[in-house]
Amino acid sequence: MSLVNLKGLSVRYGGNTVLSDVNLSIEPGEIVTVVGPNGSGKSTLLRSIIGALRPSRGDVSRAPGLRIGYVPQKLHIDPTLPLTVRRFLSLPVRVSDARAQDALQQAGAGPLAGRQMSDLSGGQFQRVLLARALLSDPQLLILDEATQGLDQPGSAAFYQQIATVRAELGCAVLMVSHELHVVMAASDRVICLNGHICCEGEPEHVASAPEYRALFGTGTQGALALYRHEHNHSHDHAHNHNHGPDCDHSHGDAKKDIAS
Amino acid sequence: MMELFDSFLVRAALAGVGVALAAAPLGCFVVWRRMAYFGDATAHASILGVALALAFDTSVFAGVLVTSLVMATTVSTLSNRGYAMDTLLGVLAHSSLAFGLVAVSFLQGIRIDLMAYLFGDILAVGRMDLAVIWGGAALVLLLLWARWSALLTATLNPDLAYAAGIDPKREQMVLTIALALVVAVAIKVVGVLLIAALLLIPAATARPFANTPERMALIAALIGALSALGGLQLAFTFDTPTGPTIVCLAAVLFAASSLGDLLRRNALRG
Repeated sequence: MSLVNLKGLSVRYGGNTVLSDVNLSIEPGEIVTVVGPNGSGKSTLLRSIIGALRPSRGDVSRAPGLRIGYVPQKLHIDPTLPLTVRRFLSLPVRVSDARAQDALQQAGAGPLAGRQMSDLSGGQFQRVLLARALLSDPQLLILDEATQGLDQPGSAAFYQQIATVRAELGCAVLMVSHELHVVMAASDRVICLNGHICCEGEPEHVASAPEYRALFGTGTQGALALYRHEHNHSHDHAHNHNHGPDCDHSHGDAKKDIAS
Repeated sequence: MMELFDSFLVRAALAGVGVALAAAPLGCFVVWRRMAYFGDATAHASILGVALALAFDTSVFAGVLVTSLVMATTVSTLSNRGYAMDTLLGVLAHSSLAFGLVAVSFLQGIRIDLMAYLFGDILAVGRMDLAVIWGGAALVLLLLWARWSALLTATLNPDLAYAAGIDPKREQMVLTIALALVVAVAIKVVGVLLIAALLLIPAATARPFANTPERMALIAALIGALSALGGLQLAFTFDTPTGPTIVCLAAVLFAASSLGDLLRRNALRG
């Protein structure tokens, strides 16, 4: 049985229809990635699934007692709120020290328990968010552009962690990402969203679909070229690739500014 | 034992401590959620409650509680409707204060009491007031204690709350009710104009000493109680108005705490 089932979901937001007639179901254990341009309703889709937004039409049904682990796009912690990593993991449900430490290990954030949340670097912060999401023993892990603000090696490592976690827990993963090349290689199913579902299917299928080309063909030549490139060569050289003409990301040191 | 409550100073001390113990932990949420003006607006609206209670000859506590609740709910509802929060609160806080003051002027023969409601009159706390204050304070603490984890999660991020099955709007409502209760019990102690100070200053003072939210709430409560007792003592010694003296002492403690924190940080930096 599906974990989540969306039937004809439409969401209006301040007079604009952000999503219309979205049909989608997520099966146990699969990795589903949502791609789409800015303002295409990706976050709206995820927020409808966790129950933060009410659909204006259609229906969102979750499997009874579904446990969701949610990693938000951005989490601003007010500097007036003192919060250690350990305390954060016990929100809202208290967990034992042993479980907290396990979750941190699993998310690749082992030694951070005693640190203040506000002192973490961007990458550490995202890993702690992931650790917290794992503590609910989720059947469905939802990540909303979880690698925003991380550099490329950082986000590649983060997605590697997600794949490891999925292998260990067997949970389904639903994520939004801009990093098409990394994400599409790791997904079972890709959904291309632009207010509605333009196309969906296996990554290879979506990448060659005309709807997808229309949305991403010109703006992200670099990423698309890279994606193909990775599929043509299966050996491991993810960080020594050539950038396409429009690809302006760099391989700098880890940025520290995501949490501030 | 019962004679103890006959002393107006003992009653005043107990009233001050009771209000401080409830206001400080709630004040932490006010600080974390950046609702400082929200507390102000709710408090200012309560003068209208005083006027209405006097006009209809009902208890001031009930009048204040109702208007505070109405005010807080109005602000919560309007907050996502186009105006920036601080603009909206500025408009509502000051206009409700103005309306309250005008309404009071219509009532004959109670103009003398106005100062007591604006700045509090802790020395006039009676046994009944004391029961109301401690009852209200206990209720607020109970509410915070029962919903602590949910409140904290909703404060951190509404979406995290939703994903965990917590409705952040309900938690906001809990805080709104707690705030109205604190305003209603604190009006006798520090008055309408200084209630927000009792919420904010102890919480802000506690921040440098805390590494978890719980510790911050606890330290804030202690600092609040200390300010109440010390302020009462100072007001008695120097014959100054009690409510403002309590707030002055809290402010001095805040300055000391901030300065200490600054020096410590500089020392750490070498």
